[in-house]
Amino acid sequence: MRLVTTNLTFKDVQPKLKELVDTMFKTVPSGVGSRGFVDANKSQFKEIMTDGSKWCVENGYGWQEDLERTEGHGRIDWAEPEKVSSKAIERGIKQLGTLGSGNHYLEIQIVKAENIFDEELAKKFGIHTSEQVVVMVHCGSRGFGHQIGTDYLRIFEGMMKKYNIEVYDRELACAPFQSNEGQDYYKAMACAANMAFSNRQVILHRIREGFSKVFKTEAEKLDMHMVYDVAHNIAKLEEHTIDGHKKKLVVHRKGSTRAFPPHHPELAKIFKETGQPVIIGGSMETGSFLLVGTQKAMDETFGSTAHGSGRTMSRAAAKRQVRGEQLQKDMEKRGIYVKATSMPGLAEEAGFAYKNITDVIDAVSQAGISKPVVGLKPVGNIKG
Amino acid sequence: MNINNDKTKYKFLEDIAIADIAFEAYGKDLNELFENAALAIFELSADLDTVDASKKVEFELENNKLDNLLYDFLSEILFLKDSKYMVFKHAHVIIEEGKKNKLKAVLEGDKINPEVQSLENDIKAITMHMFELKKEKNNWKATVVVDI
Repeated sequence: MRLVTTNLTFKDVQPKLKELVDTMFKTVPSGVGSRGFVDANKSQFKEIMTDGSKWCVENGYGWQEDLERTEGHGRIDWAEPEKVSSKAIERGIKQLGTLGSGNHYLEIQIVKAENIFDEELAKKFGIHTSEQVVVMVHCGSRGFGHQIGTDYLRIFEGMMKKYNIEVYDRELACAPFQSNEGQDYYKAMACAANMAFSNRQVILHRIREGFSKVFKTEAEKLDMHMVYDVAHNIAKLEEHTIDGHKKKLVVHRKGSTRAFPPHHPELAKIFKETGQPVIIGGSMETGSFLLVGTQKAMDETFGSTAHGSGRTMSRAAAKRQVRGEQLQKDMEKRGIYVKATSMPGLAEEAGFAYKNITDVIDAVSQAGISKPVVGLKPVGNIKG
Repeated sequence: MNINNDKTKYKFLEDIAIADIAFEAYGKDLNELFENAALAIFELSADLDTVDASKKVEFELENNKLDNLLYDFLSEILFLKDSKYMVFKHAHVIIEEGKKNKLKAVLEGDKINPEVQSLENDIKAITMHMFELKKEKNNWKATVVVDI
């Protein structure tokens, strides 16, 4: 999940909203079998697997400052491409710069005065005024990461007997962390994470290009700074305090997101005083939130919080309630211009199919595991 | 996705996975079951009326477990989507059971082109969640949950 600011207000963007969304709909491909604009060869893809966002910035797809605003500087250093199958590479090599489908999106959002919950922190994160326009991206490592998952799921399944491990669901196949298989997977998974950081990094580059083209102004002059980029599905070795003792643990955040407090040693200097920005995505009709990590998350939830609103309705049930074309028209009437590669896919993502995001934010806020900073309302959306 | 598909071949299950999509596939023998499970994947990926069957992809797989062979077969379809940019309409499968079960598959479809095909779900992975292949009386049945 990635959030980027602009110094534009809704008044600036409204007349050009369609042009902006249509431009990025073309430059950030989405949907089944889409190919990205970064035509990486095998040796470049290997560098992407090991260097993540650093490779992107060095190759002209981003700004140096983007790195410190990304979880782990957008690069996990224990990645080993030798642990990734050639099949996974073949599946992912042309996907850099693609959005995917399902619940992935690129969204233009606005800040409303009544949704600024912590003015001081909002300013520190680059959100200064009501009506300010920001852009949010939700996507990951695409088929590449899933192929790695598929490959190791099958390897682990064959190994569990050896390690005397039983699980209730075959999807939970696993191996001891220190075993050869466990370590191989940990190194391969890091390649997927680096690909995901890179994917969002090159998409950010396209977003900056898109705004720059439509507003005929350089992205730098539009203050298109990243607020933060945080992973939604990753396992990492981290130090946590258990019963008063510091321990190294593997924290797997699946469908959750990191929420580190101020002064956490893993945070970049710019976030030492504020704590880590946290991005929680809602449905395309209701909006999303920027929050900040807390000490309570560190104490109670291994430095983690929720990652999104979550569905309450199956995809088929959502499609029975509304047609994509109708939803698109209805949303436009309500001021949200949405483009999608698949109309049934759009219907599946209708706001009513998701939990109320405000309830989710209230829950994490009351639990004290992250603190709301700003609520963001969608005005333009690209769906896969 | 046409929800009123031929329910003797496969059926989408709603109450299993809210964020993902689950289906059951059926067959009087293993060949038919594998073909019908593939059809469910094809139908999730595109409106099949818009997919031409002009190109063929052939491959072979083997595995000593039949259910893992099905998992690998369905995963191969996703691999072909992302690496060869193929979307499919028909599947022909021949399975030889043995110590190593062998599969020969011929898939018919076309290169992905959003201008021509009405594309739907970009399936990310076949999961092992509730994954099952079993024989019930004289028919085979598989349960599959795909990650969307």
